[in-house]
Amino acid sequence: MVRSRFRNFSIGSTMLWIIIFVVVPYIFVVLFSFLERDPVTTVAWRFTLAGYGEILSPVFLKVCWYSLLLALGTTVISLLVAYPFAFFLVRLPEAYRRILLLLMIIPFWTSSLIRTYALVILFKANGIINTFLLWTGVIDEPLNLLYTQTAVFVGLVYTLLPFMVLPLYTSIHKLDWRLIDAARDLGATSRHIFFRIILPLTMPGIVAGSTMVFLPALGLFYIPDFLGGARSMLIGNFIKNQFLTTGNWPVGSAASVFLTLIMCLFLYVYFLSSRKAHTGGMGDMA
Amino acid sequence: MKRAARFIYLTCIYLFLYVPIFVLIAYSFNDTKYSTNWQGFTWKWYEQLFTDSPLKEALVNSLVIALLSSVTATLLGTLGAFAFYRYRFLGRKVMYSFIYIVMMSPDIVMGISLLMFFITIGLATGPLTLLLAHITFCLPFVVVTVYSRISGFDRNIIDVAKDLGASELQMFRHIMMPMLMPAIIAGWLLSFTLSLDDVVVSFFTTGPTFEILPLKIYSMVRLGIKPEINALSAVMFLLSLVTVTVAHLVTKENR
Repeated sequence: MVRSRFRNFSIGSTMLWIIIFVVVPYIFVVLFSFLERDPVTTVAWRFTLAGYGEILSPVFLKVCWYSLLLALGTTVISLLVAYPFAFFLVRLPEAYRRILLLLMIIPFWTSSLIRTYALVILFKANGIINTFLLWTGVIDEPLNLLYTQTAVFVGLVYTLLPFMVLPLYTSIHKLDWRLIDAARDLGATSRHIFFRIILPLTMPGIVAGSTMVFLPALGLFYIPDFLGGARSMLIGNFIKNQFLTTGNWPVGSAASVFLTLIMCLFLYVYFLSSRKAHTGGMGDMA
Repeated sequence: MKRAARFIYLTCIYLFLYVPIFVLIAYSFNDTKYSTNWQGFTWKWYEQLFTDSPLKEALVNSLVIALLSSVTATLLGTLGAFAFYRYRFLGRKVMYSFIYIVMMSPDIVMGISLLMFFITIGLATGPLTLLLAHITFCLPFVVVTVYSRISGFDRNIIDVAKDLGASELQMFRHIMMPMLMPAIIAGWLLSFTLSLDDVVVSFFTTGPTFEILPLKIYSMVRLGIKPEINALSAVMFLLSLVTVTVAHLVTKENR
């Protein structure tokens, strides 16, 4: 065991930072979700389940149901699009693969806000899509593209697709192709190979990608703010409103605890699938 | 045939991802305030961007916060990654999984948890709280980036350094830091990008008087589209493009 001041400092600095700015604030969220709302001091130090009672109200449940469906739809579509995509990418020659991979990493790291804003320009009534369709004569009047539920959905898929592709790519890249050759030699059909070998081995990538799409799809409030109408709201918009307009911390905290529980469920599934497959998918995102 | 189908599939995905951004960049040079038809090329919106003082102020604020938070997160994160690799301590595994959880956890939860934390301890939201929040969400990315490189090192290097009489600090400073430099630079650049682009956490942790670019864009877009936003967005996209590409090249070249 090495004992030195440097050792204590290097361990302590990161640990302390995470404890002070992640663990303690999160304890506040859990704590405040059980407190009473107070018009003057925001929260009163009295225990109550009212916060959780309110997130079981029809208003929140409706938002929640809509948001979960939208997130699920986004995840499924992204997965169906990204899986073959990542597969093709892995099989490309080295030189092309490097460039195409970088072209996928760029939208992964660039601002989702700006990418969403780019869609606003595209979808506007006098935007490029409508202008093009009118010009070709497909339509006679501009379509209502912006401020619809469809626009929110397209926005979510557009923003989050790279977050599905990269974990999938990592896990398909690690696939041992000899296993597939061996299975084929032993007479397995293509269907068998896919469902019995490829799918289970790439499951950690699928779960990691789904986590990275599903969770933000519940929280990215600016996507419905930019693209959706008055009625489209994600759980993120609901939480934001609790803190910004109604000042209801307990309800906002309760909804955040709910989001965290969903995350824990995903992490648990990820843990199970990676223990089964022994291949990672979450790391190495740069 | 199969190859052609693959080629078309890949092309469609990249078009889907990049066409909106190219359209945005093209419009930032369009010489008209309202119409979307092409009215000729202009630098007008870019000039306005650098003369319009609220936007300029937000840009400077954003750059300062991004620089300070990325540098701090890189220093802390590099030390942290080293500690995870070198030392065995209580809670090491728990802490390392925690770093991943922080990375995966929804931004909005981090945003509101920090907001409630800062208000409760009596720290008014403003530049300082924003900086603390940015360091917090950048830190895990640096730790993971640096750790993924350090974990490939030969442990004998450390023993040699120790045998030759190096202290822990000397070994870190003269052996580890130079070997880790590509990962440190990559972690720093990625933190810079993350900080510059963040909307959700910043939304809750900055005060009303301290404006930064993404939030400025957010409020401007909600009021209506202005050509200056196109120019601003194009600038921010290019800035991220450069940092991400450099970070990618730095890590891949030296593996």
